[in-house]
Amino acid sequence: MTLNIDQDVQRFRNIVKGRVRKDLKKFMSDGEMIGKQGDKYVKIPLPSINIPRLRYGKNESGGVGQGEGEGGEEMPGEGQKAGNQPGEHEVEAEVSLEELAQILGEELQLPRIEPRGKKQIAAAHDRYTGIARIGPNALRHTRRTFQASLQRQIAGGTWDPSRPMLVPTKEDMRFRSWKSKQEPQSSAAILYVMDVSGSMGKEQKEIVRLEAFWIDTWLKANYKHLEARYLIHDAAAREVDRDTFFRVKESGGTLISSAYALVERLISEHYPPEEWNLYVFQFSDGDNWSSSDTKTCMDMLRTRILPKVNLFAYGQVESEYGSGQFFQDIAKEFNGDERVAISRIPDRGAIMGSIRDFLGKGR
Amino acid sequence: MPLTLPTGTLPTGTLPTETLLSRAPRSLPSNLEEQRQRILGIAKRHGLDTFETVFEMCDYDEINMIAAYGGFPVRYPHWRWGMEFLQMAKGYEYGLQKIYELVINTSPSYAYLLDNNAFVDQKLVMAHVYGHVDFFKNNCWFQHTNRKMLDQMANHARRVRMIADRVGEGPTEAWLDLCLSVENLIDPHLTPPDGQGRTGSSPDADSAAHRGFRLPARQHMESYINPPDVLQRQHDQAEAEATKARGQFPSAPDRDVLGFLLKHGKMRGWQAEILEIIRDEAYYFAPQGQTKIMNEGWASYWHTKLMTEEILDDSEVVDYADHHSGTVVMRPGQINPYKIGIELFRDIERRWDRGQFGKEWFDCDDTSVRRDWDRPPAQEGLWKPGKTKIFEVRKTHNDVTFLDSFLTEDFCKRAGLFTYEYDKKSGEYLVDSREFADVKEKLLFMVGGRGAPRVHVTDGNHANRGELELTHEHEGVDIQLDWAQQTLGNLATLWGRPVHLRTRVDGKPTVLHHDGQQGSKG
Repeated sequence: MTLNIDQDVQRFRNIVKGRVRKDLKKFMSDGEMIGKQGDKYVKIPLPSINIPRLRYGKNESGGVGQGEGEGGEEMPGEGQKAGNQPGEHEVEAEVSLEELAQILGEELQLPRIEPRGKKQIAAAHDRYTGIARIGPNALRHTRRTFQASLQRQIAGGTWDPSRPMLVPTKEDMRFRSWKSKQEPQSSAAILYVMDVSGSMGKEQKEIVRLEAFWIDTWLKANYKHLEARYLIHDAAAREVDRDTFFRVKESGGTLISSAYALVERLISEHYPPEEWNLYVFQFSDGDNWSSSDTKTCMDMLRTRILPKVNLFAYGQVESEYGSGQFFQDIAKEFNGDERVAISRIPDRGAIMGSIRDFLGKGR
Repeated sequence: MPLTLPTGTLPTGTLPTETLLSRAPRSLPSNLEEQRQRILGIAKRHGLDTFETVFEMCDYDEINMIAAYGGFPVRYPHWRWGMEFLQMAKGYEYGLQKIYELVINTSPSYAYLLDNNAFVDQKLVMAHVYGHVDFFKNNCWFQHTNRKMLDQMANHARRVRMIADRVGEGPTEAWLDLCLSVENLIDPHLTPPDGQGRTGSSPDADSAAHRGFRLPARQHMESYINPPDVLQRQHDQAEAEATKARGQFPSAPDRDVLGFLLKHGKMRGWQAEILEIIRDEAYYFAPQGQTKIMNEGWASYWHTKLMTEEILDDSEVVDYADHHSGTVVMRPGQINPYKIGIELFRDIERRWDRGQFGKEWFDCDDTSVRRDWDRPPAQEGLWKPGKTKIFEVRKTHNDVTFLDSFLTEDFCKRAGLFTYEYDKKSGEYLVDSREFADVKEKLLFMVGGRGAPRVHVTDGNHANRGELELTHEHEGVDIQLDWAQQTLGNLATLWGRPVHLRTRVDGKPTVLHHDGQQGSKG
């Protein structure tokens, strides 16, 4: 049923999309929207969409409440943050992940990903694109039926334009019919690797979280099926769930080769390269334990990981403790290799650029 | 589940009664109609005096739509409704919020019932609605309300659509956004608003001044004896002299900023038409904002009384109590107008029944004597039963005078009210004070302005350059600067010349400027 308000809703959605497009860079470096991610939607805080008015400052006016507590104590009630004021609500708009990916792609001019040929699994889909002379009434194609009837009557000379009446006979009946179509169904897996050694701070992890969100969003829009695995490492590597990945804090040294060994094992156990489009995204502050370990890493990458993946991406989030040496090592070693994307992410503002570096290769 | 009971805040109108919604009307099923008549009978017996009230059944999409439209089935096209609709639909889907009832302040009144509510809820809502309608009909602040607002809203919608057809949707929307940005700059005490801005008056209407210079003439001689250009010249001259004599323009600060823009702004016909529509609607809603606590309190008082004394079935008591408590729950740290309102009405009734008012009672310091006080006041003539008193209160008060007159220290303590302030250091809200005087002052401040700063037009020809000067009556709280700058920018576009706002920031007198392109502060 249509409501009067549908038009207004549509207009609002368009305005939201326009805003997101305009302020994409800001949203990309702002974690707020990702905290409110659902399966299919993200919530985007859009205070700028509000109509400005003369009003009192949000935090200025205070108010009257009810409950326990003495002067100077924290107000009762959970989490009294700004926005909890009477009559105050943040404007939040929902944007589907598909729309978001589309905006991302257009704004960053990301090429569509071409899945690698042999990794496609063909799957049969039925599509109602054809017409048949027999079929169930539920699939009757009325327009075609009357067209056929008209043709027959004209051909037979019984058509009288002054008395336009069509009576379809059994031979005139047309029905929709399906054709089975082989459609590629491509799957992709992302392996996120993060250095959680002591030198990675909270802000660095936040940047990784933001990057991962945008990478997920884009790849999800390109593949029917997407799996993500999360690996952390300091001197040893292990797999963790998503929540732990973004939260865990370890200390100790850094052996990047331990992570690569785990990547390799996961790929060989779960993701045969013939069936999967594989992505490895590694985030680190660029410190490795020793140059000999770095050399081991390069070897492993070249011989055992790169041949199996679509893309290996290395993002260096800079921290005050890290030397950033690994970036230079990897840049030197794989200069010009299409399968390797590297990017420096000194701060949140660089997230947009690094997403372009990573995904701009169309792999 | 916090149940949003009626946002009973919407008055007026009559479309042809049958077609409020874009589908065939669904009137009450017979069992509800039976209940409606019964409830109405009971309400009347208790002294409620209502307009005729038409109930319609809605599904939740429809009721969300109507709520997003501020209670009306038809509004002018604007994205803001869409935004609110989506937010409400979300709230319902997640079970966070449910609009139980909506009622429009019109005559006859229209109220909507959500069709999948339980039977006991429908009865509660009907009782509540009759409370609202009694309030709409009898409270003096609604005396000037256009009770045909339903027609007028539909009319406004049609006019905006016609303008959009003529000048394009883009410019129309942009202009609406500008107007809505200043829609709160009205004078809520201006009743009735003169309503007719310049589009409403015929071109001749403002020639009242012309008439003074016009010589009697037969019609065919009119243009010779009273040449229009001469009349105009004389009129302009007189106007200029009058302005000079007044020394300033406007002669007194004018809180009706919208009205001022309409009368003196330089805008095109369609732009003025839209501005006038926005202003009309703002004035229509204003008294509802001024009586929110009373209105909800009154309706809650009556649904409680009618339900528990007469309407409820034994089997429904638990559900009723559950749902009723959902509407009057006080979350820690917030105040709920339903709760404050209903408790105050009950308090008044109790106090008057026991003679707890008048000088003698107020001067009494002994808490135990005060608590057990039950005797008529010294001056015989003053006393009236509590029930008579609350009917009188609902007729003559608005939220500000209601709280000012009837919020007592005892009540304040009993309800556990406190004031809070934002602490910049910790980023938390901290309890500030439990002193009665502080609580009352803050509450009155919140209710009085409804969170909107008071702003007056103080000079319509600032620096003799046709610029607009506004003055903010600072009441101890600064306005939010970034929003103020944007709003000033919008005002400058509406006015066509730069705009200045005098206010105080951090205790210092400050003037904000905006020339339509760029804002500044000095």
